[in-house]
Amino acid sequence: MTDNRFFNRSELIGILVLAVFLVVVLPLTLDVFRLNLVAKYLTYAFVALGLVICWGYGGILSLGQGVFFGLGGYCMAMFLKLEASSVENTKIQSTPGIPDFMDWNQLTALPFFWKPFHSLTFTIAAIVLVPGIFALIIGTAMFKRRVGGTYFAIITQAVAAILTILIVGQQGYTGGINGMTDLRTLKGWDIRPDHAKIMLYFFEVGCLFVCIMIAQFVRHAKLGRILVAMREKEDRVRFSGYSVANFKIFAFSIAAMFAAIGGAMFALNVGFMSPSFVGIVPSIEMVIYTAVGGRLSILGAIYGTLLVNFAKTSLSETFPELWLFGLGGLFIAVVLAFPNGLAGIWSDYVQPRIDRLIASRKRKPDGWTDSSVADGAPAE
Amino acid sequence: MSDETNKGLLSPLRRKLLVGMAAVPAITMLPRASFAQAPATSAVNTTGLAVTDTEVTVGILHSATGTMAISETGSIEAEKLAIEQINAAGGVLGRKIKFIQEDGASDWPTFAEKAKKLLVNDKVAAIMGCWTSASRKAVLPVVEQYNGMLYYPTFYEGLEQSKNVIYTGQEATQQILAGLNWIAKEKGAKTFFFIGSDYIWPRTSNKIARKHVENVLKGKVVGEEYYPLGNTQFNSVINKIKLTKPDVIFTDVVGGSNVAFYKQLKAAGIDLAKQPLLTISVTEDEIDGIGGENIAGAYACMKYFQSLDNPNNKAFVPAFKKMWGEKTVIGDVTQAAYLGPWLWKLTVEKAGSFDVDKIAAASPGVEFKGAPEGYVRIHENHHLWSKTRVGRAKLDGQFELIYETADLVEPDPFPKGYQ
Repeated sequence: MTDNRFFNRSELIGILVLAVFLVVVLPLTLDVFRLNLVAKYLTYAFVALGLVICWGYGGILSLGQGVFFGLGGYCMAMFLKLEASSVENTKIQSTPGIPDFMDWNQLTALPFFWKPFHSLTFTIAAIVLVPGIFALIIGTAMFKRRVGGTYFAIITQAVAAILTILIVGQQGYTGGINGMTDLRTLKGWDIRPDHAKIMLYFFEVGCLFVCIMIAQFVRHAKLGRILVAMREKEDRVRFSGYSVANFKIFAFSIAAMFAAIGGAMFALNVGFMSPSFVGIVPSIEMVIYTAVGGRLSILGAIYGTLLVNFAKTSLSETFPELWLFGLGGLFIAVVLAFPNGLAGIWSDYVQPRIDRLIASRKRKPDGWTDSSVADGAPAE
Repeated sequence: MSDETNKGLLSPLRRKLLVGMAAVPAITMLPRASFAQAPATSAVNTTGLAVTDTEVTVGILHSATGTMAISETGSIEAEKLAIEQINAAGGVLGRKIKFIQEDGASDWPTFAEKAKKLLVNDKVAAIMGCWTSASRKAVLPVVEQYNGMLYYPTFYEGLEQSKNVIYTGQEATQQILAGLNWIAKEKGAKTFFFIGSDYIWPRTSNKIARKHVENVLKGKVVGEEYYPLGNTQFNSVINKIKLTKPDVIFTDVVGGSNVAFYKQLKAAGIDLAKQPLLTISVTEDEIDGIGGENIAGAYACMKYFQSLDNPNNKAFVPAFKKMWGEKTVIGDVTQAAYLGPWLWKLTVEKAGSFDVDKIAAASPGVEFKGAPEGYVRIHENHHLWSKTRVGRAKLDGQFELIYETADLVEPDPFPKGYQ
């Protein structure tokens, strides 16, 4: 048996298929422009992955993942923007050496909280820790008071709205509604040319697989079981002596950190960060990616993200005035007909056939398939 | 100066334009005749743009969906009209313009993505597009990196200049200073109250306006307030206006907020016939939503009004309405968007090439005598020389021209003493 702490056999096959798809098939078939688009889509896959743990397993619906995506993205963008704002690049400004939007807003010195972002090490730590700690604070404040369900979802929405207003309002410090644009180099390495885009793509796919492994570990550890138990019957878990709040805080924080890594990847791949990824609408969109892919399935969420974003791009290219209706229709159809998303289609229709095929060859069924059905997670 | 310009309008170009619009059957013959003398593609396109012996492709990149669609639709319509008219008049260097339209969806990164698609995949020779500053800022690094050519229609905050962009709208000083001078002289205004939406354009515009009021007009700014985009509650600022009794309310509130702002002003008993209000953000398009009765009497500082009385505009307005419906209104930006394809065509013909580098170099000095606003010329800094005009809003949603500068105003995107 190949079962270990990370995956069972069918999951291993699923992950290998995804790896081949992302590492071999896509780079060979797509041109650099399209590959860069896939890189952009995959940044949302990090968020979707976090939502699978937090929402799918833990039952905590967060409608504010854009907050963490944004925090991670802004941390990365601040570093890149500082590097792009060297004295030499900004000599036409009244104050050279500070980001252009600060100059437009009459700032004459770099604000103190920007200064540490000269360091890449600090930035990388901040990308994970700032959103992680922020989620920890929100989570502690909410879950310790046993706020959950819809109330929690509404509060996360409020946080998303607050952060957007803050970023837009403090434009001298944040770039306002325009966001941070024109990001150029990472430690002197130009992130804009084609070969850099390809490198960044592979780097991102690598990070994604690390996150998938972490998610798999969480799922197969006792922790994952407790999360599922909590989702199904919270009180029973509490009466069994577990601290429900702590598990929820953990799930929420890890989802936040995944989202933040996605945000940082976004800033790197797209060369851009703006409040339009922080607000309520993008946060809900991220939930939709997860729903389309299947909120109970780690790999399903990734395929869902790719599919929805791909549909978004191709529909909008083909029907610039009507595409939103098409996309809306797609969501309604998927949610109505397949409540468990793409992964649901797979586990309900495709997987049984494969199983039957395998079973007809060898009599002994795979022990792990049963248990993964039991914890409500369809195998990929 | 303006008389001369008007006579110049009856140039061959102008006549071609009229032929194109009036004699529809004849136009189908015209291009074929001109293909005969069209220069070879290899000569006019050395950089692999989407140019064939008979066609050249350009991109149109605006928001057809989302919150900005209401504003950007006019620009899309104007650009399509210009392209149709240019094709009817024989195209560009004997080639018909084909356009690929992409939707920026009021989402700035989508703008960047689509701009890249147009330049990298479709190899368009030029992009007519963007509207908000945010979308332009997102697209700018893309057009610079892939060496594209962007024609940007909106009046904007300045502080920018690029080889790869032609700004067909006014930058801030061009739009504001003449209007402030006029109202200070006409109304003897000394105190000003600024109200704006909270983003870079209103903030920069107000910064320039403040310096001008304080240093040049020797007046005083008695209040300066900003509200988030989409804000609909203006009661507190209206109270402050009543309290400070400024000579002039100067506003750059944008989009849907305008509807609430003017309705609440009226409800609070501020009569715009008596209280001068100068806006730099309300065009005929916005009045469509605000309602003429709520804003009648306000002054707007623009470079174009639909009601302008000149031969160019008298041909432009009916042509626009014929294509897009009787009820459409034409605002300042819509007219500026219309200039884009024309300026590009004239520049390509001057350069004798579609190559972006040659167009960028040939742009300064290109003049368009058929502009509905009268006459425009491209400055060395890739902005347009154009007049500043003040109009007064009427009940029917149109503006009555009150004042225009005698000469074209020089664009100055990096104004000294206003930073």
